[in-house]
Amino acid sequence: MSATVASQSAPHPQADAPTNYLTVTRGWRSWAYTLDHKRIGVMYLVAVLASFLLGGIMALILRMELVTPKKLFLSEDLYNHMFTLHGAVMTFLFIIPSIPAALGNFLLPIMLGAKDLAFPRLNLASFYLWVAGAIFFLLAILLGGLDTGWTFYTPYSTTTNTSVIAATIGVFVLGFSSIFTGLNFIVTINTMRPPGMTWFKMPLFLWALYATSIIQVLATPVLAITLVLLAAERVLGIGVFDPKLGGDPVLFQHFFWFYSHPAVYIMILPAMGVISELISVFSRKHIFGYRFIAYSSIAIALLGFLVWGHHMFTSGQSQRAAIIFSALTFSVSIPSAIKVFNWLTTMYKGSIWLATPMCYALSFLFLFGIGGLTGLFLGALATDVHLHDTYFVVAHFHYVMMGGTLIAFLGGLHYWWPKMFGRMYHEGWAQLASLIIFIGFNLTFFPQFIMGSRGMPRRYARYDAEFQPYHVMSTTGAILLGIGLVLCALVLWHSLRRGRKAPANPWGGATLEWHCASPPPLENFATAPTVGDPYDFDGLVYKGEEEGYVFEPKQQPAKREAQPEPATV
Amino acid sequence: MLFAQSEGGTLFFTPPASTVAPQVDSLFYLIFWISAFFFALIVGLMVLFVLRYRRRPGVEAQKTAHHNMWLEAAWSIIPAILLVVIFVEGVLGYLDLRNPPDEAYEIRVTGRKWSWAFQYPNGHVENHLHVPAGRPVRLLMTSEDVIHSVYIPAFRVKMDVVPERYTKAWFEATKPGTFRLYCAEYCGTEHSNMVADVVVHEPGEFEAWLEDASNFLDKMPPAEAGKLLYERRGCIQCHTTDGTPKAGPSFRGTFGSEQALADGTTVKVDENYIRESILEPLAKVRAGYRPVMPTYRGQLKDAEISAIIEFIKSLK
Repeated sequence: MSATVASQSAPHPQADAPTNYLTVTRGWRSWAYTLDHKRIGVMYLVAVLASFLLGGIMALILRMELVTPKKLFLSEDLYNHMFTLHGAVMTFLFIIPSIPAALGNFLLPIMLGAKDLAFPRLNLASFYLWVAGAIFFLLAILLGGLDTGWTFYTPYSTTTNTSVIAATIGVFVLGFSSIFTGLNFIVTINTMRPPGMTWFKMPLFLWALYATSIIQVLATPVLAITLVLLAAERVLGIGVFDPKLGGDPVLFQHFFWFYSHPAVYIMILPAMGVISELISVFSRKHIFGYRFIAYSSIAIALLGFLVWGHHMFTSGQSQRAAIIFSALTFSVSIPSAIKVFNWLTTMYKGSIWLATPMCYALSFLFLFGIGGLTGLFLGALATDVHLHDTYFVVAHFHYVMMGGTLIAFLGGLHYWWPKMFGRMYHEGWAQLASLIIFIGFNLTFFPQFIMGSRGMPRRYARYDAEFQPYHVMSTTGAILLGIGLVLCALVLWHSLRRGRKAPANPWGGATLEWHCASPPPLENFATAPTVGDPYDFDGLVYKGEEEGYVFEPKQQPAKREAQPEPATV
Repeated sequence: MLFAQSEGGTLFFTPPASTVAPQVDSLFYLIFWISAFFFALIVGLMVLFVLRYRRRPGVEAQKTAHHNMWLEAAWSIIPAILLVVIFVEGVLGYLDLRNPPDEAYEIRVTGRKWSWAFQYPNGHVENHLHVPAGRPVRLLMTSEDVIHSVYIPAFRVKMDVVPERYTKAWFEATKPGTFRLYCAEYCGTEHSNMVADVVVHEPGEFEAWLEDASNFLDKMPPAEAGKLLYERRGCIQCHTTDGTPKAGPSFRGTFGSEQALADGTTVKVDENYIRESILEPLAKVRAGYRPVMPTYRGQLKDAEISAIIEFIKSLK
């Protein structure tokens, strides 16, 4: 019974579809030249995870050095190189592409019931641009390093004798990778939604990706232009930012943050999209306030363009500008608050399943709560003057970027892992890893709030002895965090080798990706799936023999409908 | 009490030592308590829901409304009102932080890689900041190279120091003592060593200190005066006296020696070489060091340069 129902709604269950996107062709060429969005998504996944490993190792080296106030094993120069590369690798190579390029690429077409993105070749091109950008970064590391901080502030960056040019070319190229992905997503969502999927029937993850793509397309070119100007100043001596050549160093900060503040929302919006999916599915409740969540994604994307000056309250910009930027900054916090309350209300009277993805989602609510609320201290002018460029800021953005985006990425990865690779991981060990990560994260970054507001400046290789206890706590936490992440990696790796086969719908999700087999066949769907409400779980029934959920026709009231429908409309 | 504002400092703050500090601290704690309330609410509800509605066999999720206009409006508008309060408080505190009283005592600040120079109205220059208690002090600041930032945590004051431009900061210290001043804007190799002390003198004693400090060159032997200049004018940030190299070579045992230069030639370290290195640091850079030293032309008088040379000579 269940098999027949499953085959009606999921055209390619594993039994009759031995080949899937992973096995349909073989050999490295079939991957290198693939136009399949799923394979490109997997290649992105491998690439961003490798970058995360690199950035994470650098973070641990930094934290080790900071155990003592004086030199332990890194010279000042090496420390400066290390924090620059940690920041640049994590920002440009990991966080920005993590959710959109890895998970988004894989899922966006499937969630639309489509075969691929609108422009499969552009998609592959954007991946290779990412690779090229990453290579320039590695070149920057090999050719004399980079010590400007990931922010490249002038005139330091135009006068230092490290490889700023290689790094800026890297970021420039990575920017185009990001623009191509954004463009592809916008066109796909606009033109390829299946019949019945109106804008307000889209999964919220797609709303989040759409909002993200808007920012990627509109903001990234400004970064590209800024970096071209920076390179022109270094190579040709054109005075744009260097006051010795008649330029304005603070202008660079305006240009840089005009991109990099919206980029913060490139990083967090997809994470919020993932959380919207997780909370709803694992509470088995319709998402609360769908429209508010969708609109708030767009509101955040647009308002996010108007707040860049809050990075510059102590830069010497005019007082009037500072006041306006502060006011706008507070306005962005409202849509984020709305999302958090909507997620909470979604859980109310639900049937909450603490599977690993939900553990990460709850972890996100806790950590993003702290990250978001500590933003208020930095948006308020009088307190920001004191806290700017201290560890308080370091702690704040790690709570948002790592506690927010990374945790949501891991939650999403665990949620879609069975879909992507067709294997279940060990639930208990994965939950343990998420718990260790949660504890390690807080131990690493909470002490940084305290030492920051007590006056510890950021980017310091050496520091006053009074701050040592906080640094020791932080480093201890970082080791724990590292252990948790390694455990998480081992659990996922183990599942690929030994994990039991995943059913089409292990969690009871109602979005379209759960209608196709795990892993999906090359073309995703043989026939277009029927579109329903992405957050209506009524038609989903757990089948013990499948160890997963199947879409069943609605039983009540009475059996009026002759044709079974996959999900309710 | 860890979380309440107090004279003795709190978990998040060192004791306030300027007139604006208590205002900053009280805004911090206002935001802190608002945040703590909302955080407790969010996490409390989250834990409550997880415990109360944990998935159990045979128990289905209950249907509730998919949205509720009043509820959603409430949690948009109530936080918005609180944010307006925080914003206004922040602006008021900021205007106080940024606009010094007219009668403030002015000290000129120069930032350079990687030391500070504080110049008093009588022309005296030093690398630590000395100020009187109970009197507004205005800092008129500029940089010789890249962007730096003056940050005095005990005063809750921070302002970037930008090349080819003047920026201003002010404070009124409330009690005598020694506090830290950090460079808060990343500026290269020795950024984390670009720190200075802020010495707050009793109201009457500041003038006496300044008088005394200004005349040291006439009162002591050149080598000792050179040592003071070495400490006060920033040489100490990059040059040690114990033989270990930092951003620049150590001064110990260097006078009279032959040293290799970056261009492959050698130079004998004599009075003229030292003088040239102070005035035109990039002319003859020692092998193994980066060309990063700023010039001191126009900042050190001849007598001061001679005193520094005598000091280096004394380091056998």
